[in-house]
Amino acid sequence: LGLALYAGATFLYHDYCIIGAGPAGLQAAYFLQQAGRDYVVFERSHAPGSFFALYPRHRKLISINKQYTGKSNSEFNLRHDWNSLLSHDRRLLFRHYSRDFFPSADTMVHYLEDFASLLKLQVQYNTAIIHVTLEKNEQAWNGHYFLLTDQDRKNYKCSSLLVAAGMWVPNVVNFPGSEYVEGYETVSINPEDFTGQTVLILGRGNSAFETAENILGVTNFIHMVSRSRVRLSWATHYVGDLRAINNGLLDTYQLKSLDGLLEGDLEDLAIIKDKKGKLHITLRFYLENRNISAGIDSITLPQDELDNFATRAPYDRVIRCLGWKFDFSIYNRSLKMMPGKGNIKKYPQIKPSYESRGTRGLFILGTASHSVDFRKSAGGFIHGFRYTTRAVHRLLENRHHGVPWPSTVYPITQLTNSIIKRVNEASGLYQMFSVLADIILLRENATAFEYLEEYPIGVLAELEMQTGRKAHNGLFVIIMEYGRNFSGADKDVFYYNRAVGEAQHAWQSNFLHPVIYYYKHLPTERGMKLRPPDWPLPRPDAIHHIVEDFLTDWTAPNAHILPLRRFLENCLSTDLRNFFAESCFLFAFTHQKLPPFCQQGYLRMQGLVGSQELQQHAVQAGLLQDYTHTDFSGDRPPDSHDGSQEQLVTDHAIPVRPLQHLVNAKDE
Amino acid sequence: MSAQKDRWVSSLVFLLFCASSIPRSGSVGLQQELSPQHYFSGLEAGKASLAFFTPSVSPGAQPFLEQIESSAEALQDYGISVVKVNCPREDVSRYCGKENALRKAFLFRGNRLIREFPTDALFDVNSIVANVLFALLFNEVKYVETLADLENAENVLKGKSNMVFAYVPATGTAEHRAVMEAAFVYGTIHQFVLTTEAALLKATSHDDPDVSSAWLLFCHCQWATDPAQPCRRTALGQPLTLLNIHRHLKLMGAPLVTEVAEDPEKVSTVHLQLGLPLVFILSQKETYEADRRTAEFVAWQLLGKAGVALLSRDLVDLNVLHRSNIALKTPDEGMPVQYLVLEDTDEVITLVEDKNKAKQIQEDEEEEEDEDEKENNNQDIQDDQVVEAVSRDKKRELPLEQVLVLTEKNFQSSLSEAARTVVLFYASWEAVSLAVLRSYSEVATQLKGTPGVLLSQVNCWDWPGLCSQENVTQFPTIKIYKEGQRSVTYNGMWGTEELSSFILLSRVSCPLTLTTMDEAEGYLRGEFPSELSTHHHTSFLGVFSTATSEARAAFEEAGNILSGYVRMGMYFEDDALALSRKYSVSPPALLLARSGGRSVEGIALSKHSLQDMVQMIRYELLDIFPEITVPNLPQYLQLRKPFLILFSADGISQMESKEMLKVAKGRAQQAFVACWLNLKKTPVGHGILRKYFSTTPSLPVLLWVNLHAGGQVFKFPPEQSITEMNILSWLEKLQAGLEIPSSTLSEEDWKPPLPAYDFLQMMEPSVPELSPRSGDTSVPHPPKSPGGDTATEEEPSRESTAEEVGFPGRDLRGTASRLAVRDKQGKRHSEL
Repeated sequence: LGLALYAGATFLYHDYCIIGAGPAGLQAAYFLQQAGRDYVVFERSHAPGSFFALYPRHRKLISINKQYTGKSNSEFNLRHDWNSLLSHDRRLLFRHYSRDFFPSADTMVHYLEDFASLLKLQVQYNTAIIHVTLEKNEQAWNGHYFLLTDQDRKNYKCSSLLVAAGMWVPNVVNFPGSEYVEGYETVSINPEDFTGQTVLILGRGNSAFETAENILGVTNFIHMVSRSRVRLSWATHYVGDLRAINNGLLDTYQLKSLDGLLEGDLEDLAIIKDKKGKLHITLRFYLENRNISAGIDSITLPQDELDNFATRAPYDRVIRCLGWKFDFSIYNRSLKMMPGKGNIKKYPQIKPSYESRGTRGLFILGTASHSVDFRKSAGGFIHGFRYTTRAVHRLLENRHHGVPWPSTVYPITQLTNSIIKRVNEASGLYQMFSVLADIILLRENATAFEYLEEYPIGVLAELEMQTGRKAHNGLFVIIMEYGRNFSGADKDVFYYNRAVGEAQHAWQSNFLHPVIYYYKHLPTERGMKLRPPDWPLPRPDAIHHIVEDFLTDWTAPNAHILPLRRFLENCLSTDLRNFFAESCFLFAFTHQKLPPFCQQGYLRMQGLVGSQELQQHAVQAGLLQDYTHTDFSGDRPPDSHDGSQEQLVTDHAIPVRPLQHLVNAKDE
Repeated sequence: MSAQKDRWVSSLVFLLFCASSIPRSGSVGLQQELSPQHYFSGLEAGKASLAFFTPSVSPGAQPFLEQIESSAEALQDYGISVVKVNCPREDVSRYCGKENALRKAFLFRGNRLIREFPTDALFDVNSIVANVLFALLFNEVKYVETLADLENAENVLKGKSNMVFAYVPATGTAEHRAVMEAAFVYGTIHQFVLTTEAALLKATSHDDPDVSSAWLLFCHCQWATDPAQPCRRTALGQPLTLLNIHRHLKLMGAPLVTEVAEDPEKVSTVHLQLGLPLVFILSQKETYEADRRTAEFVAWQLLGKAGVALLSRDLVDLNVLHRSNIALKTPDEGMPVQYLVLEDTDEVITLVEDKNKAKQIQEDEEEEEDEDEKENNNQDIQDDQVVEAVSRDKKRELPLEQVLVLTEKNFQSSLSEAARTVVLFYASWEAVSLAVLRSYSEVATQLKGTPGVLLSQVNCWDWPGLCSQENVTQFPTIKIYKEGQRSVTYNGMWGTEELSSFILLSRVSCPLTLTTMDEAEGYLRGEFPSELSTHHHTSFLGVFSTATSEARAAFEEAGNILSGYVRMGMYFEDDALALSRKYSVSPPALLLARSGGRSVEGIALSKHSLQDMVQMIRYELLDIFPEITVPNLPQYLQLRKPFLILFSADGISQMESKEMLKVAKGRAQQAFVACWLNLKKTPVGHGILRKYFSTTPSLPVLLWVNLHAGGQVFKFPPEQSITEMNILSWLEKLQAGLEIPSSTLSEEDWKPPLPAYDFLQMMEPSVPELSPRSGDTSVPHPPKSPGGDTATEEEPSRESTAEEVGFPGRDLRGTASRLAVRDKQGKRHSEL
């Protein structure tokens, strides 16, 4: 912490400033604190998670809090824990805070308070940043400093700005009569207030359905209007779409035509209040060139011309549940903080590295960073952005502190294992599918490799610069994917044969499954731009899909590991099989070169001797020759094809075992 | 091989093409339908055509018509058109009018009728082609019935041209067709003679022939001069197919002996192109005439099996042994030319025949494999011996009662329970881990009740945090924790014996500080400390005076590194000097007591660096004339020296051992590793010998194996006795390059055993945008279709087909029936 004098004003200096002490801000603070960096978090409220203190209004979080998975693997269990932030502290797992599958928002507030205090994060509460501007300075990390001003005109100066302010400005639509509309932020959550009423809800997201769910039992009926059709999250595989827990209204609509959904542009609407206080829906079109003050009787209603007009019944209340947008207002124009285009206009424009497109050194974290994977992955939600925040921190460590992206170097014999381990337990890959990827950088001659976890694939081309690691000898990219054309609001996700069981058809897998891309050279910026539409990555030199699995357990030796090994072997042009010490012994005397497993194990005196039983099994399988009963009486005919060891060496056919098929099909 | 096959297949096709020089009618509409007038007016002189007349569809002739139709294409190759003539109802001419004419086919050349065939002679494509060609090639192919006819034909040809004599069990067979097709091409070069008489077959072949199979002889009559003698004959050793006959005739047409004057590596003859080996007779000016005769003799013997070339060494500078007289070049690409010293011509012939036999077997296998490949490719069959062995063993319950299961919760507390805690970190899904777990459970049973040692395991799939906290990045890893403090990572063989030895040795600190002279003496005798008294192992005792602290520090550090592998003790009391004097060294010194209780050696410590110390101790652990076993080989391989290795059936005699030891200790000690291998104890040695010699030689056998340079294997002459003198003089000859290696270790790289699924290629048809853009040029993307995707439209059909097949998505019902039809219904999403 330092003091700086600038144009008569005093600045408090920090390397890193974080705006917002919500989940993303606290998560970023945690990583900075662990790395020993100089940072501060500004929070406008007196406690962390102020959004959750108010929202969701009906207090039920729709992020799951799975208590039991039958597994003790802490990394795997995070796949089904959508509320916890990442930390080393075991106490800070959400399941210690709530036993509810869908916990209360109050618990989240409590959790965030604990997270900030137990980890002693540097949060400055009651500090609302109301203005952010830049100060050019060639000495600064990014060529400029960020100057922040709070509500008390106190000034702060930072080298890097992490915006984790969330999305809290309600989306409002203006149309004639919109003054009669109540907002989600303030509408009553007491169902009794709606007894015997007819309600129109604008919007079709989770907040709209949550509001409807709450009053469904006491209203006459509820109608919902929005521009686009309803998107069910189990069909789109996107957690931000309508979740099953909120969709009770769909039942009454489809079964009894009681409540209903309508599609229409809200901008075309108009609402008129009659003398009894009932609200009538009409179209803006009818109101034009007309004097509204003349009273309702002079206004044409659609049912005057079309007597079966759908929303002809008058409503008692109209509720707006249209979601939120990012607060662009506090940023000086010099920061070029621009809204996105199309359906991501509520988010600020950022690069796939989460850095602002307008300002170097400004990163957007948390919900507001969702433009990268909007309607695809989980980057707008705690269980997703806790990983993207870690990725941003790793980028910053490399950029500003010369700490390269963490990696582990393994001998090539561990290649299959390291992939299998990660695809089975990694949570970041699983939550942030098709966004974060594990990267394997091959060393020269493919005798060793370096493993990097959870790198944002959008900036794959910049990998060397962003991570400080070298990718001269080719690389593997490991991501998780849903099947192409499987997800969508209008897709039948229950069709017969939706699941693939055979490894050889793995590329047609529909459910989330691991995919490995192999590149001989790091893809270029241009290659990334020219990638096929809907592809997370450009065309690889080879690709492998591990077949989808009903248990998401990709450890079956024949269905999962064997095809993966063959893929890796063919990419590297080597033999990655394991061998018992005896086989290595034979190879050492009969070959000038040894397979990697013998080279890196047996030759270094770490041969796999194998128990008697195992050796017998291998002999029975025809993969090991038993020489103990060999007679060596002398001249035998040349046995060019009777030794099964020979088979192993020259890879001749191995007898097919009927059981093979059962092993493969275990996932069904 | 297949490439070669292709080559001569294509050359044959080319020949056929040239032979059928008669222009074809525009379209290959093989079978024209004409009226009789049209047909007869359109006949060209010299052009052959096969005609059949049909009034209307007569049901009896139907199968015959089908065969005629399908043979039309084959006949077209020989310029013979096949014509169907429609007889008008009222026509009563020669061909159309008579009822029985309609059951025949007629062969015309121009408008001359050559032969009429009853339809029962034309039962399939082979018989049609064979009979038609037989009729047309009346002059080129002589049919003989008696031995006298054959001899007459032979005598006429002597000195003029060669003869091809074929026996077929019957006309109209596939073999008959092959002979006729060959005659069509070669009929102008050689005289073809055909018979179906079994008696003739018996007269022309040596042993009892099988009259049911065809037989072809090439009779070298062109060079035959003696009218009394029959021409030399070379039989076709393979089934009579067009390709085989073609290949045989090509070989017969090649010069008997080729004279070459260039490096054999560069020579290529028709034999090599046809996949046969080429034998070079290495000749010199002085012996040229004799060599030429030898070459011709050998060439006659090998005719059809290999080519023979005569290479004059005076003209080519060959970098091979002077004694070499034969070179063998095989058609396999990349195989070097082999130079050999052979005693007589029989050896040459045996050599070639063995090679061909081995190759034949290999080819058969390859063919089998090819067939498999089409069906399955075996990609989904496990070929990893460890994975397969472990999965076959997975149902057996391991005796792990002695092994404590550690978790994140009890890890720290358990470590403090015993003096030494051994922890196996493994992953329950990983094969090598599970293989080691099996050995580990055996260790646990063995060490049951050993005080001060606790065996435990951590499953890193359950507790990844614990494993990364303990710095375990690879599976499996074994660590020994000393009272919950420092840990030592095991990096020895994953075998039961090695592991338990490590654990037992680790109980005593390394190096162990000895405080009295008695302890030190007891230590060297292997009696102290009592924990290790049952454990036979080489002991190192470092003796230091107080002044030599630098060496002592290095020794202690070396002890940490070698802990568990080596017995190390340390003595630095005041009487250290007296102790070391006993073994005629002075401190700092190392006293070495080898296992087996031989005398104690004293070694002065001159180098004090840690690395030197470790290196030296490791080196001292090696034997001078060790028995090589699976576990100890790597230690000797690290010396990177050639091996002089004696393979024995079971133990070695005192005499051999003495002589070998002399060799090992001799002046050449630095240059190679002298060792022996007990085939009874290390049966995999049989595998090595088989690889070297293809048969197990008589034992014991002494070999020189250049493991690290060149990979040649030399065999000590079996007729000599294994004595120091004989060995040394043999080694000298080896160094001088006077010996020929018996075998050479394969230099092959370890390539992927089988291909992977090519998903990229499979995806391409359904994801067109995936297709590679050449040179990554900026081809704009095809615009997305405005309707989004088409999958929804497809859904109904997808559903209905699915129901027909009865596949219940992720339903468990019907899993068994699905498994049964899996193979047929491989592609389930084929419509995608």
